Parts: sequence; C-alpha cells; structure tokens
Amino acid sequence: METILRVSDLHVSFAARGGKIRAVRGVNFEVKRGEAVAIVGESGSGKSVTAQSIMRLLPSPPSRIEKGSIEFKGRNLLKLPEREMEAVRGRDIGMIFQDPMTSLNPTMTVGRQITEGLFKHQGMNRTEARERAVELLRLVGIPNPEKRYGQYPHSFSGGMRQRAMIAIALACNPSLLIADEPTTALDVTIQSQILRVMKEMQERFGTSIILITHDLGVVAQLCDRVVVMYAGQVVESGTTWELFRNPQHPYTRGLLRSMPRLDLPKGKPLIPIEGTPPDLLAPPPGCAFCARCPEAMEVCADRDPELVPVGPAGQAAKCWLHHPLAKEAVR
Amino acid sequence: MSAGTNRALLEVNGLSKFFHIGNKQTLRAVDNLTFQVGQGETLGVVGESGCGKSTAGRTIVRLYEPTAGEARFLGQNIFKLKGAKLKALRREMAMVFQDPHASLNPRFSVADIIAEPLDIHGLAGSAKERRKKVEELLDKVGLRPDHAARYPHEFSGGQRQRIGIARALAAGPKFVVCDEPISALDVSIQAQVVNLLKDLQRSMGLTYLFIAHDLSMVKHISDRVAVMYLGKIVELAESAELYGNPKHPYTQALLSAIPIPDPKVEAERERIVLSGDLPSPINPPSGCAFRTRCPYATEKCAAESPAFREIRPGHRVACHYA
Repeated sequence: METILRVSDLHVSFAARGGKIRAVRGVNFEVKRGEAVAIVGESGSGKSVTAQSIMRLLPSPPSRIEKGSIEFKGRNLLKLPEREMEAVRGRDIGMIFQDPMTSLNPTMTVGRQITEGLFKHQGMNRTEARERAVELLRLVGIPNPEKRYGQYPHSFSGGMRQRAMIAIALACNPSLLIADEPTTALDVTIQSQILRVMKEMQERFGTSIILITHDLGVVAQLCDRVVVMYAGQVVESGTTWELFRNPQHPYTRGLLRSMPRLDLPKGKPLIPIEGTPPDLLAPPPGCAFCARCPEAMEVCADRDPELVPVGPAGQAAKCWLHHPLAKEAVR
Repeated sequence: MSAGTNRALLEVNGLSKFFHIGNKQTLRAVDNLTFQVGQGETLGVVGESGCGKSTAGRTIVRLYEPTAGEARFLGQNIFKLKGAKLKALRREMAMVFQDPHASLNPRFSVADIIAEPLDIHGLAGSAKERRKKVEELLDKVGLRPDHAARYPHEFSGGQRQRIGIARALAAGPKFVVCDEPISALDVSIQAQVVNLLKDLQRSMGLTYLFIAHDLSMVKHISDRVAVMYLGKIVELAESAELYGNPKHPYTQALLSAIPIPDPKVEAERERIVLSGDLPSPINPPSGCAFRTRCPYATEKCAAESPAFREIRPGHRVACHYA
C-alpha cells in the first residue's frame, strides 16, 4: 500500500524558563493509505506535539522544529509556504481535537463551521455547501440534521459536538484524519458511538487515521498499527495484533500490566511502573526509560538504544535487550 | 466481604439531593438512593458524567445538605448532627478528590496541607509532634520526610494525589470517599495510587466509597459495585456477580462499551452501542429513566418506575424485566 505520510527524524523543542524542553526527540513513523495508526503515550510523551507538528499548528516561538521532515504525498510539509499549508489543512488533512466543548466556535452555527471549508477549498456555492453539510451531519449520526445545521454548538451535547467536529474534519474528503484524544472527554457509551463513526468513515472513504490516545483499549478497538511514545521518542511500533500480544519493550509491557482488564477475573494486584517520566529540560543520556525499567542493564544508563526491528511482522523496539550481547550484559 | 457478613458502617436510606437552578426548575442529581457499606468494605459507584455519583459522595460527607433521606454512620444519622458532634463525625469521614491540581491549596506547604485536619481537631499537641505526624503520614503514602517543606506545584500529579490521600488520613478516619481519585492520572501512575489505596485499606482497616467512571479499575478495587444512571442506582451487586452476570440493560451496555486492550478479544466481541445521549436530570423521562436509550423498553417502562428489587441474595436491580 502507498505511504501517504512519512515523519522522519522529527525534533521539536519549546523555549522555557531554564532552557529548552525537548518534547519530541527523533520521531520516525509512517502512515499508509486507508490505515489507522495509533500514537500511544502518557502526558508529556510528545504524542500531541507530533500531531500538531504535522498540521503546523504549534506557535513559534516558543516551539521550534529543530530538524526532520514530514512528507505528505511526496511534499515536505515543513518546507511549504504558509499559504500552501493552509490549503493542506482541512482539504488534505482533517483534525479532531480532544475537547469538543472548546474547539468549536461558539459564535458560529454548526452548519457554517462545516461549510467554511467547502467554500474555501471546494469552491462550492451556498446551496451545494448546505446540502453537503446536511449530508455530513447525517453521515456522522446526528438526528434531524436539517434543523441541527442552523443551531449553535451550545445546543449540542458533548457526543454531538464531537460528531459535528468529525463532520467538519471530513467535509473536504481529506486523505488523512488526525484525531487527538477524540473520546477522552466523553463517556464510555458515547465513546463507543464515536469510535464506530470513525471506523465507518475509514472503511467507507479509505481515509487514513492517526489516533492519538493514552487508552490502549481504544487502540485495540480501532487501529491497525501502533506507535508507542515515551519521553519524546518512539520506543516501540508494530501491528496492533503483535504489539499487544507480544510487546517487546519493557515500557509497553509495563503499561499493559498496570491496567486492570475488564475481561479477566480480578485478584492479582496491579503491577505499576514505579517512578515518573524524565524531565525533558535535561533528558538522560541513555535510554529515557532506564530509571523506571525493571530490566535495565549497565549500558542503558549511558547509551541510548536505536529502534531496531524485532520479529517478522515489522515490529520494532528501542531497547538494548534486543542487542545480541544483552544476554551477557551486566544488570 | 458483603454487608450481610459484616456490620454496616454506613446505611443510606432514600437519599435525595435536588438543586434549584432558577426558573422554578429542579435538577434531580441524586434521587432516592438506598444502600449500605460494610465495615472494611469497598463499595464502587460507577456511572457516566451527570449520573449523580459525585453528588451522592459529597452529600454523605455533608459537603451538601440533603433534600431528603438519611445516612446512618455507625447508627447515628449524619444529617441530624450539629456542632461538636458533627465536628467529631468529620474526623471519622474523609474525602480524596479527583483533581490533584485543584484540591491542594497552592499557598500551603505540604506540611500545612497534611496537618490542617490535625490542627482543626487539635490532634497535634506541639510543633514537634505535628512534624512527626506529618512525616509518618508522608511515609505511609510513599513520600519522603523532606517533601514536607515543599509546595504542591513542585510535585507530579501522582505525588499530589498521594498528598491528598495523606491529608484525608491525617485525622484517622474510618470511612473515605474517593471521588475519581485516579482519573486525572496517567495510566502507569494509576496503578501506583490504586495499590497504595488498597495497602492503606488493609493496614488501617479503612472503608471506601470509591467513585469512578473507569469500570475496569472499579472492578479491580471494589467488593461490591453500584451502577448509577440519572440520579438512581439501577443495579447493585458483589463485584464478580455484577461483572459476570449483569442484569440491567444499562449495566450490560456500559460493560460492553469498555474497550479491552487486546485486539483478539476486541475482534471477537459483540458490542451493544446505545443510541442517543443521557437525558437531562432537570426533566427526566417518566417511569424508568433509562427507557429512552434502552433496547428492550416497553410501554410499561414509560408508565411505571421500576422497583429496586432483590433478584438474588445481594443482587438488586431496578428493571421490570430483569
């Protein structure tokens, strides 16, 4: 399958009092046509910064893309003039944000927020745009879309607002949809409605999806591949199937072990990951997970491992344990 | 542990809390709750936002005044107490809040935050004794003695939640309401805090009312679980029974909506997706509040409010057809 997005060696930092916060430190991943890729990580892991860098939404200063490239359909987005980037946003790449309460404009009707992109990118006239917007609202499962078209966001519930956001993001048939924690602010019964809508859109229009989340359950439900981030780096990637069944990085294993499972009988105590993530003002020289890792070796504190292929299904892990000499190493 | 084998520490009967919100409208946040919590037990309360679970917790510790009903703590009605007796009761009950960023006073040092209950109840005689007690509490929750002099902003979310727990335990309570104590924390930190709460329960003989929307975590920590919908308890049973044999259509849908971190299980699962949104608690549906989203609803459900009846020992459901 054709690769539509390739992020290579992306480094992003933020100017802060006391130095530079190195939020993203050498991230590589790609997204193929029609594929749903999850970027999983905890707060501060750099997953949202990565997504916002793709859309070039980060204000600079304080942010700065130090190096790397983001190739979308053969063009490096980081080199595009702002005007061309505006054409990419909304038309080629749609984005859904976490908080449907604050990311819609309260002073514009929902209909106008959907048609905005249609006027701008597709050159539609008012009647066409209105028809398309109503169709989109119906598509994402909003009842009575003709009436809803003229209403303001405040008369929508949380789940309805997130549906409206999906309608806005999909208005111009983008080939890539970036969803940044789209269901975190929603209740579980509403979450499962929204995930179903996203899955339908992916299947129907062949839209690629980048789903940014901290919820591994949501990943298992929606995504084909997973990229696990920790302290600004990709520590493991692979197909959802392999990564969950056979995690190769101690951090991934730790995350899966620390979560209680609804489908398993209770009884065993949870195994937490002790400690906290490192300070990205001064990232450690070795592996960023070293201080919390139960399997750390001497080398881990000194040298940062590479992301290396492990297993046959394209899985990769950034861990010294996969080095041929690891068996003889000093713990 | 069920309430049957153990003396009830807390008995709640017909508890309601309505808020008047102007225009002669009433928001029925908590509507006629009846349940018991046994000594040393953890009762989980789950439900989606707006179902009244936090209001219930807050009313029981008297952060709100109830509209109707009673809550008996070791036999005495919490809502009837005044003055010195109420103050004495407040030593017995504590609360851990959801947001570790908003629930600690940023101008207080950690020592002052943790010692505030000690000061109020006059439990720390001298400055030296106060310091010693604070250090003991810090140690109990896995923090260091030198953390006492620092301020909340110097701590991570998980550490702040530990400070909140230390404060809750300071006056030596028997009963702690944990209102979403882990939902603001990262996954890898959640397990740390839950394990801490479980250890403290064992070592100090605490009783918990554990309010959360994360059903997997509630299953893990609770002995019994109550499911709330629109201000009412719709189902209450021992944890294994509720998760293994849910009888209320809402409980079934809620459990089926939780994603499981295993792609194989996810691929094979049948999922009940509820249509529509939560109705407003200002003008709840007639009869059964869940009927507007229930796949099995009939005319009877609109006409009659279902009784909260016991269908098996210890398993109660509010549904005509359970």
